Amino acid sequence: MFSLFLAKLGRKVISFIYFFGGLSSLTAQTVYQTFKPPYKYDHIIEQAKKAGYDSLPIVSVVALFIGFIFALQFGYFMQRIGSEMYIASLVALAIVRELGPVITALIVAGRVGAANTAELGSMQVTEQIDALETLATNPVKYLVVPRFVALSIMMPLLVLFANIIGIFGSYLICVFKLGITSSMYVNMTFSALLYKDLFTGLFKSWIFGMVIALVSCYEGFKVEGGAVGVGKATTSSVVFSFLMIIAADCFFTALFYFIFP
Amino acid sequence: MIQIENLTKGFNNTVLDGLNLEVKTGQTCVIIGRSGCGKSVLLKHIVGLLRPDSGRVLVEGKEVSALKEMELSVLRSKISMVFQGGALFDSMDVAENVGFSLLEHTRISRDQIMKRAEESLSLVGLGGIGSLMPSELSGGMKKRVALARAICIRPEIILYDEPTTGVDPITADSINGLIRSLHDKLKATSIVVTHDMKSAYHIADKIAMMYKGKIIAEGTPKEIQGTKDPVVHQFINGLAKGPITETAGIFK
Repeated sequence: MFSLFLAKLGRKVISFIYFFGGLSSLTAQTVYQTFKPPYKYDHIIEQAKKAGYDSLPIVSVVALFIGFIFALQFGYFMQRIGSEMYIASLVALAIVRELGPVITALIVAGRVGAANTAELGSMQVTEQIDALETLATNPVKYLVVPRFVALSIMMPLLVLFANIIGIFGSYLICVFKLGITSSMYVNMTFSALLYKDLFTGLFKSWIFGMVIALVSCYEGFKVEGGAVGVGKATTSSVVFSFLMIIAADCFFTALFYFIFP
Repeated sequence: MIQIENLTKGFNNTVLDGLNLEVKTGQTCVIIGRSGCGKSVLLKHIVGLLRPDSGRVLVEGKEVSALKEMELSVLRSKISMVFQGGALFDSMDVAENVGFSLLEHTRISRDQIMKRAEESLSLVGLGGIGSLMPSELSGGMKKRVALARAICIRPEIILYDEPTTGVDPITADSINGLIRSLHDKLKATSIVVTHDMKSAYHIADKIAMMYKGKIIAEGTPKEIQGTKDPVVHQFINGLAKGPITETAGIFK
């Protein structure tokens, strides 16, 4: 029984090492191919539209609801201690430093990352990726680089947008429900936020964008076994992206806490 | 010329086991063998999609697995491969699929490339379908579009992976005719992997039989038809009983 458990654990550890080895190799190739000419701007623009512009509606709705929810949750406690005026500051800090980047990254991982894996996985099982290679086209350059560049540019922009919508959601609750004046809300929001808060949030979102692109493409490339394989890879792409986003968030939050105390 | 020397490749079990083969420039060599015997794996070694465990593949005297990225790209620009399922890119229309290589790697204007794609499509009897998407094509049409994509770059070597599998006999015969006529027009060296004997006799200058990871017989279609080898005899005549199925333990 115990040996069976050890064997299972060993297999998990080995597959995890394989995963990180493969992902590191893909990262190195992607960075190299990103800076190697020729540059295919039209592919990047097409991916940027899919990853960024097409994600705007879902990011807006979720960010608006997050703003509502946090204003109400903070309001619940702040009203008890008579400090409603600080709701604006708390919501702004929570959204800009943490919720905006993380929630947006999770949405993009589920929406864009899953689509990337499914698309590349289908290409893998139908030999389209082999066909690319035989047509003297590097699959990393052709398929991964546009997604990598597009997501690393679009993620910070999406997060910036989510921050504004989230704060606006909170503003609606605070002004129309909790009785805080509009000018007070705006003042408290801007007085609480520092440039470093915005920078750390956007920096994390840039990292999350790269993580989503690399994990989703890596999972797509290693698909085996037809439609079932594509389904499994899509699931593990979302799961690993979520895990790595949270792990990276934890790491960079701690790092920034000590660098910019 | 394509030379394959002692090529060995295994995944979970050995697929290619010290395989040797030589295909002369301008020759059409048909490789026959049972499904899953490693014919496609062999093709993928020639174009550098797989690396051998041991042995080597020489194309025009250059060892494929030893080439650097740029050298391999140059070599691949002279080789075309027609995949079993066509492997057309879903996100592009037929004309873009056919002209893909030229669009990606040359400075020729898009209009000229589209014209050349249309010429290639006409050569395979599919003129005027450039604006269709691959999902709108039948299996046979996909194979012919893949053929058009292969010839659009005027390759020196064409590799065909089961070009007539899964299509009706009439389409299969027209694909065979196309392969033959393309060979005559382009003077390309061709390797065709198939288990369709009618196709093999129709297009081959030379037939090589693969069995247990090796080439066990090779010769002209006539020589192969008159073989005394029981394994080759069973395969080319499509017999259920014989040394192949006895060894594999099937139909006992």
